[in-house]
Amino acid sequence: MRRIELPDAQWTRVSPKLIAVDLLGAAIFLVIAAGAGAAAWWLLHVLWLAIALAVLTVIALVNIALVPRRVRAIGYQLREDDLLFTRGIMWKRFVAVPYGRMQLVDIQRGPIARGMGLSELKFVTAAASAGVTIPGLLAADAETLRDHLVSVAESRRAGL
Amino acid sequence: MNPGADQLIDGEWHRLHPASPLLKGGIAFVAIFGVVVSNLREQLLGVFVPRLAQRGGDPVDYIVGHGYIIQALLVILAVLLVLIGGFYVSWRMHTFRITDEVVEVRSGVFIRNNRKARLDRIQGINIVRPLLARVFGAAKLEIDQAGHDASLHLSYLDTRAADQLRKDILRLASGSRAASAAPATAGSLLDRRVEEFTAPHHDVDAAPESIVKMHLGRLLGSMILGTGSVIALLLIAGAITWIAVTGDLFILFLAFPSVIGFGSYYVRRFTRSLRYSISGTPDGVRVGWGLLSTTNETLPPGRIHSVEVSQPLFWRPFGWWEVRVNRAAHSRTRGADNQANTTLLPVGNLADVTKVLELMLPELVGAESVSMIERGLRSRGGDDGFENSPLRAAWLRPLSWRRNGFLVTPGSFVLRRGGIWRSFTVVPKPRLQSVAIEQGPALRMLRLADLHLHTVHGPIRPHLDVVDVDVAVRLFGVVAAAAVTAGQADTSHRWRAGEAAV
Repeated sequence: MRRIELPDAQWTRVSPKLIAVDLLGAAIFLVIAAGAGAAAWWLLHVLWLAIALAVLTVIALVNIALVPRRVRAIGYQLREDDLLFTRGIMWKRFVAVPYGRMQLVDIQRGPIARGMGLSELKFVTAAASAGVTIPGLLAADAETLRDHLVSVAESRRAGL
Repeated sequence: MNPGADQLIDGEWHRLHPASPLLKGGIAFVAIFGVVVSNLREQLLGVFVPRLAQRGGDPVDYIVGHGYIIQALLVILAVLLVLIGGFYVSWRMHTFRITDEVVEVRSGVFIRNNRKARLDRIQGINIVRPLLARVFGAAKLEIDQAGHDASLHLSYLDTRAADQLRKDILRLASGSRAASAAPATAGSLLDRRVEEFTAPHHDVDAAPESIVKMHLGRLLGSMILGTGSVIALLLIAGAITWIAVTGDLFILFLAFPSVIGFGSYYVRRFTRSLRYSISGTPDGVRVGWGLLSTTNETLPPGRIHSVEVSQPLFWRPFGWWEVRVNRAAHSRTRGADNQANTTLLPVGNLADVTKVLELMLPELVGAESVSMIERGLRSRGGDDGFENSPLRAAWLRPLSWRRNGFLVTPGSFVLRRGGIWRSFTVVPKPRLQSVAIEQGPALRMLRLADLHLHTVHGPIRPHLDVVDVDVAVRLFGVVAAAAVTAGQADTSHRWRAGEAAV
């Protein structure tokens, strides 16, 4: 086994609508980078700037190609006493946070995600590096999940 | 004005030491006085030696020349009265109280400020005595709370009151039902001041003996061979090369400020560390620092989020180590090297480190903990009880893969890292916030992964790189489960609640 995998985890995947949201965001970036690159090449004749922007455009294209897989790689599981979270394809990451460590839960909505009815849930602990942010939850699901997390955290409260 | 120290915890509002405004503004006061004197110098000279008096253009000349002396004195008097009045009012309005649950401070004249600290959330209590305050027999009590600059300051209190208060607050916070000890009766005022000034722990009760003795030679040696000195040497070598190559001496002028910087760094670190002491009390570890201005901090049990023992390269021949900690509170009072108060032992040998670790992490102490600490610090790796990295990790960590190791003890997680800059990290199980495993493309090709233990923010970032994939996944499960059970079983926020009333 080369990849890190948790064999007994049953992941709850995020909404496939997140693919559209991320694609739209990436496409906007692509258009801006490509447009600026074209302007630098044909209007300003600044070669280095055009090359830099061309590189950015290629990165944006690769990014777009990877968006669907990356969204499908995001998952979480509400276990008995902790929240398990995973994301990433090339850079894979698993985090386990005990519910009792919760300091607060944040729900955020970006402009594109709001149009699609999606929310992002952030689980904040006393450690800044944990970084558990679950994107692509349907607004109602996010609120249910938040209330659930708050109630389990209350029953399993631990100090710092 | 000072009420008996034992009455400070009666839940009523109390005031601070009457010299507080002077001590808080002490430096500014002296500075202003100095400026005024230096401006008046010519004039004073003129008064006593009239022949040397010169007609300058400064305001003092103008006032004297035009006969406005009375008016000027009246203005000065008025300003002084307003200042003293302001200080007095702000002192009157600055009150605090301690109840069974909280410490509360009210301050401010125009903008009222009210800060409350829950006793069971106290992260540490610090008694700070700047030089000027020591002369007045006053001390500052700092009650640390989790969060950035969230501490609560009682500046200043009578030294004895501060000591008694610290003890009482810790007793209330610990959940112990023992009665407060009666404060010792004092001799004459002068005797008391002298005694307070010389006592390193300035305790009402007999101070516990420090378990580590700071040797002058070791302190000097550790500073000369420390990382700062390596940087200084590199800079000097660079400057000499530059001069040799270009023949340009101008760089010496550029080097001057950094020489002053290094000098003050060494002097500060030296004077801070000189009267270092560390000892165990029933209410936590007590660490004292400082020669002229002293600080004395008490960390109740369970307030240390991780401990790292590390060794700069040039300390290795001497077997010296440094101990640092992660804490939830980020106090404004600075530590030995002007870092935040995270260094618990500036330098010590293996025996000192073992004693300090046993004091700070009693849950680590077991039948074989001493040999475990020694293996953690000095072992070159191999089959010694730690979960080691496989041989293929040498592709990424050619020097340290052998030492890279993980160990789960009954009370904590232990990480061993570094082939050149050796370090040994302990994370108490109940303090772990979360755990993660990560894997990038290079690690995947070698069937390796990184393990991260997340604790509160601090100088230590406990992580172990290049672990075998299967081991990493297994450790992830073990650590996550242990963190849950330890977090729920933990009672250290009321660390003496289990004790019977005395």
